[in-house]
Amino acid sequence: MQLAATLLDARQISKRFGALVVLDRVDFAVREGEAIGIVGPNGAGKTTLMNVLSGAYPPDGGTIELLGETVTKTPAAQRCSRGLAKTHQIPRPFLGMTVFENTYVAATHGAALQGEAAYDLAYDALKLCGMVPIANRKAEAIGLLDRKRLELARALATRPKVLLLDEIGGGLTDAEASELVATIRELIHRGISIVWIEHIVHVLLQVAKRLICMADGKIIADGNPASVMSDKAVVEAYLGSTPE
Amino acid sequence: MTKPYAIERWTPASRLGLTGIAIVVALFGVAPLVLKAGSLDRLTALFIYIMLAAMWNALAGYGGLVSIGQQMFFGLGAYVTIRIADFGLSPFLAIFVAAIIVAAIAWLLSFIMLYLKGGEFAIGMWVLSAFTHLLVNLDGLVQGETGTSLISMNAYAADNRRIAIYLVAMGSMLMLLGILYALLRSKTGAAIQAIRDNEVAATSVGVDVIKTKRKLFVLAAFGIGLAGALWLCTALTFQPKTYFSVQWTAYMIFMVLVGGIGKFEGAILGAVLFFIIETWFGATGVWYLIGLGLAAVIFSLYFPKGIWGAVEQRFGITLLPIGYKLRITGDET
Ligand SMILES: Nc1ncnc2c1ncn2[C@@H]1O[C@H](COP(=O)(O)OP(=O)(O)OP(=O)(O)O)[C@@H](O)[C@H]1O
Ligand SMILES: [Mg+2]
Repeated sequence: MQLAATLLDARQISKRFGALVVLDRVDFAVREGEAIGIVGPNGAGKTTLMNVLSGAYPPDGGTIELLGETVTKTPAAQRCSRGLAKTHQIPRPFLGMTVFENTYVAATHGAALQGEAAYDLAYDALKLCGMVPIANRKAEAIGLLDRKRLELARALATRPKVLLLDEIGGGLTDAEASELVATIRELIHRGISIVWIEHIVHVLLQVAKRLICMADGKIIADGNPASVMSDKAVVEAYLGSTPE
Repeated sequence: MTKPYAIERWTPASRLGLTGIAIVVALFGVAPLVLKAGSLDRLTALFIYIMLAAMWNALAGYGGLVSIGQQMFFGLGAYVTIRIADFGLSPFLAIFVAAIIVAAIAWLLSFIMLYLKGGEFAIGMWVLSAFTHLLVNLDGLVQGETGTSLISMNAYAADNRRIAIYLVAMGSMLMLLGILYALLRSKTGAAIQAIRDNEVAATSVGVDVIKTKRKLFVLAAFGIGLAGALWLCTALTFQPKTYFSVQWTAYMIFMVLVGGIGKFEGAILGAVLFFIIETWFGATGVWYLIGLGLAAVIFSLYFPKGIWGAVEQRFGITLLPIGYKLRITGDET
C-alpha cells in the first residue's frame, strides 16, 4: 500500500481573498487508489483547496504536481485533460444542453474522445449515476438533486484518475445516500482516486479510508477516520463553530 | 454485443425543415430570372443582413463575446477589397481575398482581445474599430472621408453585374451558414454551447475556452468582412464613415435579440424581420430608428429568448438540430 504512486501532490499551498487568509501553507497529497474524506466547519477552506487544486483559482503560494508534472500554473482545462476532475459545490450545469449533452462535452474534451467512444463514455457515466431515464431532459428542467448527480456524471465523463467531489451528498434520503455510496465504491473499484468533501460524516465514512479535517485554512488532522474523529483538535473545531 | 442505446441527430421535423430550406434556396436561385432589378438588390441586402446576424450571434450568442465594434470588420472587408482591386485583381475574387485577410487580422487581435472580460471586450472592440477607421482614412487611395469607389466593377454591364453580385451574395451566405452549422454540430459545437451556458464549468470539463472562442472570433470577422465587401460591390462607393459606422453593429444586435440569441435559426429569422421592417418603414427616418430601438429593448426585457426561442419552447421543434438525442434500444434501464 505504501508503494502506491502519488498522483496529486500539493505543497505549502496558500490562498488569500483580500486580507482573508483562506488556505495557510497546506500540504496535501493523493495516492493511487486512495479514498479520502474531507470534513471541517463552514468556511474552513475545503472548497477553496479543491478550486486551487483543479486550477479554478491560482494559489498565492506553493506548488502542485499532477502525475509527476508541475501544474501550478497550468489552466484548469489542461489539468482536467490530464486526469483531474472536480464537481462544483453549487452545481453549474450547461442549462441549455440536455443531460446527455452535458456529459458528452466532458467526454469529447476532458477525455478527448470522438464519435462512438465519446458516446459510450458519456452513456456509461449517466448509467453509473442512474441518469439514463432523464438523459434527454434539458439541464434547466432538472432539480437540485439531479443537478448534483449531473455534476458527478459530467466529471466522470472526463475519465479522471483523481476525482474531487464537493458536497454531492447533501439533502439525500437514506436510500439515495446508499445508492451514492454504491456508485462511489464502484468508482474506487475501477481505480479512480477519490477526494470527497462532505458534512454528512456517516455517509462519508462508508467509503473514506483516510479522513482529513480542515479548520481556518489548515489541515488539523489527517489519518485513519476513527482516530481523526476522536482527535481533540477536531472535536474543538466543531464545537467552536457549530454547537449541536 | 449490440449497444443498449442509439444516438439520433436528425429528427423527422428537421428532415422536413431541411427539405423546406432546400426549396427556398432553389427559389432564390432562380429569382434573377423573374425579379426586377430593384427587388434583386433588396434581396442581396437581405443575404448580407443574414450574414451579419448569424456572425454576431455566433460571437455573442454562443461565445458570450458581446462586441459593439464589429463594424471594424465590415469596414475592413470593404477597404481591403478596394485596396486589392486597385492592384488589378477581379473584384469578385478580391472580396474573398479581403475576407481572408480580415480573418487573419482578427486572428492576430484575438491574442489580446479575448483576454478582456465582458464590458472591457465590448468597449475595446469599439475603440479598435474607431482606431482602424482613422488608419484607413490615412490611406491616400481612400482620400479621407471623401472616399473612393470600386472602379473595376464598371467593367461589367449593369444587369449582369447585379445578377452576379446577387448570386455571389447568396452563395456567400449559404457558405457562411453552412460553416457555422457544421461547426455547431461538431465536437467543437458542444464546447461552444457549454461556454455559452457556463464558462467556468466548461473549463472544468476540459474545454479550452480561449481556443474555442478564437474560432468564433475569426469566423465572425471573416463573415462580417465578406459582408462588408459584398456591400461595397452593391454600393460601389466607399466612404469610411458609412462602413465603420456603429449602426451596423446596432442592426446586428437588433436582429439577434429579436430573432433569438444563441439560436441558429433565431438570427436568420431576426434578419428577415429586420429586412421586412426596413422595407416598410425604412423611409420614415427617425421614427424607424426609434422603433427599432424600442423593439430591441422590449425583446431583451420581455422575450429574452427572442421569437425563435419562444417558438422552440412552445412547440418543441428544431429545424436545424445540433443536439444529440439518446434513444434506449435495449430493455435495461
Ligand atoms: N471567491 C471568493 N472571494 C472571497 N472570499 C471567498 C471566496 N471563496 C471563498 N471565500 C471565503 O473563503 C473562506 C473559505 O471558503 P470555502 O468555500 O473554501 O469554505 P468551505 O470549507 O468549503 O465551507 P463550506 O463547508 O461552507 O462549503 C470563507 O470565509 C469564504 O467566505
Ligand atoms: Mg465548500
